[in-house]
Amino acid sequence: MTQGGWSRRQALRLGLSAAAGTVAMPFVARNGLAAEPIKLGSLLDGSGALGLEGKRMIETTEYAVELLNKAGGLIGRPIQLVAYDTQSTMQLYTQYAQQLALKDKVDVIQGGITSASREAIRPIFGRSKTLYFYNTQYEGGVCDRNVFCTGSTPAQTVNHIVDYGLKNWGKKAYIIAADYNYGHITASWMTKFMKDGGGSVAGTDFFPLDVTNFSSAISRIQQAQPELVLSALVGANHSGFYRQWDAAGMKAKIPLASSVFGLGDELTTMDTSTTNGIITCYGWYNDLDTPASKAFVSGMQAKFGADVTDLSELCTATYEGIMFWAEAVKKAGSVERDKVVAALETGITIDSPTGKVTMDPGTHHTIRNTYLARPKDRKWEILATFPNSFPADTGGACDLVKNPRMNKQFTPDMKG
Amino acid sequence: MDLAGLLAFNVVTGIATLVLITLGLGVIYGMMRIINLAHGEFMMLGAYTAVMASGAGVNIWVAMLVLPPLVVGLIGLVLERTVIRFLYGRMMDTMLATWGVSLGLIGLVTTLYGNVVRGVSTPVGSFDIGRYGASLYSLVIVAAALAALVGMFLLLRLTKFGLILRATMQNPRMAAALGVAPNRIYMATFALGAALAGLAGGVLAPISGVSPAMGAAYIARAFITVLGGGPAIITGTGLASGLFGTINELVSFKTTPVIGDVALLAAAILLIRVLPQGITGRYLRRSL
Amino acid sequence: MTPSRPSPAVGLSLLGFLATLALGLAILFGAPRTLDTFGLVQCTGFAALAMFGLSQGFVWGFAGVMSFGQAAFLGLGGYAYAVSVINLGDSTLPVLIAIVVPMLFAGLLGYFMFYGRISDAYIGVITLTVSVILFQLVNATSGSQYRIGAAELGGFNGIPAIPALNLPGHPDEPLDNDGLWYAAMGALVLAYVLLRAVLASRFGRVVVAIRENETRAQLIGYDPRLYKLLAFMIAAGVAGLAGCLYANWGGFISPTVFGLSMSAQVIIYVLVGGLGTLVGPMLGAVLIQWLIIAAGSQTVVDSNLGLGLVLVGFVLLVPQGLVPVVRGLLLRLIERRTPSRPAPEAGGALATERAR
Repeated sequence: MTQGGWSRRQALRLGLSAAAGTVAMPFVARNGLAAEPIKLGSLLDGSGALGLEGKRMIETTEYAVELLNKAGGLIGRPIQLVAYDTQSTMQLYTQYAQQLALKDKVDVIQGGITSASREAIRPIFGRSKTLYFYNTQYEGGVCDRNVFCTGSTPAQTVNHIVDYGLKNWGKKAYIIAADYNYGHITASWMTKFMKDGGGSVAGTDFFPLDVTNFSSAISRIQQAQPELVLSALVGANHSGFYRQWDAAGMKAKIPLASSVFGLGDELTTMDTSTTNGIITCYGWYNDLDTPASKAFVSGMQAKFGADVTDLSELCTATYEGIMFWAEAVKKAGSVERDKVVAALETGITIDSPTGKVTMDPGTHHTIRNTYLARPKDRKWEILATFPNSFPADTGGACDLVKNPRMNKQFTPDMKG
Repeated sequence: MDLAGLLAFNVVTGIATLVLITLGLGVIYGMMRIINLAHGEFMMLGAYTAVMASGAGVNIWVAMLVLPPLVVGLIGLVLERTVIRFLYGRMMDTMLATWGVSLGLIGLVTTLYGNVVRGVSTPVGSFDIGRYGASLYSLVIVAAALAALVGMFLLLRLTKFGLILRATMQNPRMAAALGVAPNRIYMATFALGAALAGLAGGVLAPISGVSPAMGAAYIARAFITVLGGGPAIITGTGLASGLFGTINELVSFKTTPVIGDVALLAAAILLIRVLPQGITGRYLRRSL
Repeated sequence: MTPSRPSPAVGLSLLGFLATLALGLAILFGAPRTLDTFGLVQCTGFAALAMFGLSQGFVWGFAGVMSFGQAAFLGLGGYAYAVSVINLGDSTLPVLIAIVVPMLFAGLLGYFMFYGRISDAYIGVITLTVSVILFQLVNATSGSQYRIGAAELGGFNGIPAIPALNLPGHPDEPLDNDGLWYAAMGALVLAYVLLRAVLASRFGRVVVAIRENETRAQLIGYDPRLYKLLAFMIAAGVAGLAGCLYANWGGFISPTVFGLSMSAQVIIYVLVGGLGTLVGPMLGAVLIQWLIIAAGSQTVVDSNLGLGLVLVGFVLLVPQGLVPVVRGLLLRLIERRTPSRPAPEAGGALATERAR
């Protein structure tokens, strides 16, 4: 850790950065100390309510950086990972975002899990002109030249679970969602897709992230007698809903579909009776049977142990975020923000574990495959594939090529 | 009518849950005048015990009902010996110290097991109230709450230990003069309160996510119920839980769980304003 | 305390005040010249939290009111500033609103508690419960229907992109990082001086007298309820200003400011720094905040474990906090030269301490 540019504080820092340091070592050893490293900043929750999801995303970040460094780095320079654990607290997101942008002066930032955290740090990077990748499946609509989103969005996923419900279960839905911007906007999309498909919504309830007791909610749902339940419940506490739903014997009576279920370790920790049959739709499943997908899983398992069986779209999106950025840096021959953004806006395509993924220049979102699947005995049973889905939710209104100064988040138009 | 049945069932479950999460705190506060801010974390430890034990293949009922009180009671005993006993008579300092213990336990469990939410599955099925389904496990919660209340009553009323306990509570000097060592009694009481918290954690583990920070969700409700109940531990806890539990469930059903919680807390604050000594500070003063 | 012949403690107290003031001013003007942008931004955050510590230190250490929910006022101040500055543009009035709203709320809550003759421990639990209620209510305002004027409350997400402070009358020129630092640190020094003045006044002496012996103060003819209420309101105003600065620091505020961990942290600031002093809580805030940030960069041990151990350790071993310990050592040095006076006893957390 005596390489130039490493401050004492960084050298003292345990954990992630140390791991990143050892990642960078072999490269440095081979190529000497000539090139100053490119700094990649990472802000993810390694602990706290979202620690489960965040831990795997952090590991993926380390894995991707290691791959790039093994391949010789970018434009002749090694990549140094500067990672902070935001511990699922907003205060630390603000704190570390400022630290990454102003003190560490990183070249790109990859991170943020909840939409709340994204909205807290997005203005900070906008001000400091630091390129930002948000790599989480989310409610869609962010239209900001400085931001690239690699996760899938409702027009690529939620519409498919709603369609499945309308075709197979019935026309009357009940929506339960987490009480923050993700939940509210996703619930609006669910409502819109239900109505577009000729169905109706019997009721919508929102639950703060710390709610664990859903008994009154389950009573309310029963009273409304829907034919299906659409869930956008998020995080560890809300996983109690699925257990209580199962315990109340509701699983046999009303089927469930969810826009977030299974992104954490639900499949490995919950009973199969609780998880089986819940319909989901994401950009990737770890049981996806393609060579690229299998290579990703085995690469992660080789690095982090065979118990890495709960990888999800959050991980592949993180991987894609870093690889898109790397492609653009190669293409631009520079890490300067404006050049990298211009390179990304040429419609770059990469091969990822999820298949071919293209960065849409107008929306800064991805055109990607998505898959419909349900858990079956701790495995994902893939029911359908939707190739090359366009992020239509953002694409309707957002064109950053035409209006580079646009900076807002679009939400579904409920009048239609 | 089915709906009313379901609602009544939910209310009873809500009350039982409140009794469970409050009783341990009530024992420690009522007997020792210590506001144990680590109560939620004692519950968390109980829940972890249940998860770990059932994961290790222990019978689920033993893992939920037997091991948590034993393990957490023991932890309570150790904490009493190492921290709490130096602070008797300094109410504020015990509040602060137990708050420190609470943070420390959250940190310790996070460090050891990671900040991950675990769960045990409910060991029993469901039943129908008319056309509504309800969890049979709720009956287990109700039974556990009743058993805990009745057990405490019998302990205080019929055993010699209970007699000494009550005597020490009323007048420690007199008890000491009669040959009782108040320190020992305090130690036992604190361990008993911790064990009850452990039981609550074990019983509630299957219906809530088990994570290091889970205690925070219960703490405000438990405190305000203890204070609302007043000095008589069993009657007070029972009455206050009945009142607040009903308010909570009914408001939750009509609106959202958040408003239900807020209604519970607001009602409790109003009650304390009207009856600063709690329900049993004014009525039923001679009860246990 | 005999006013005619100042004791070493009083002399030291005055000296301490002047030293603190000088140090505060030195930091105020020195920091922008020595620190980089990031360091200065960080220190601005510290100043906001030190202000929060000051509020808890005042109400707990001098009025003897154990508020376990001081974060309620921090949050109210922050939200009041955010909502009003988004609606009004110019930040002058919003700063005042951020102070007044928590004070009024404290007035209502304090009237409810003190005039209800609710005992100390119950006050702790009630303030804690009130902060939990506020947290839950604000946390549940995610929908776009929850808005005050142009400001969406945002629920769990909080309010992003809060306009920064500006010089009165120039809403289009928000302060830069240096300006925000001067505002935050300047406000902190000012608040410290004002609170010292309050404590030196007749009102302050009565407040301390009530803490020392409520019954005696009442028999002399003071109404403890009124004095406690006013002290509670002053502290709430200071916490509100801290909330305003805090919202300015990140340009962002979310319901976590109402959370239990915020209330816990501020109590730790006071306890570590020194109960019954004003300097202590400020130093404690900086120390603990620095530790939390340092701990966040490593993943081996959860930072809560460290905080918990610090809290238990201080309650058991150093209940009077760092500043009084240092002062005690200084006093003992002076005592050695003038051996006629007995050294002041270092007692429990709420034990007898002279007003400083």
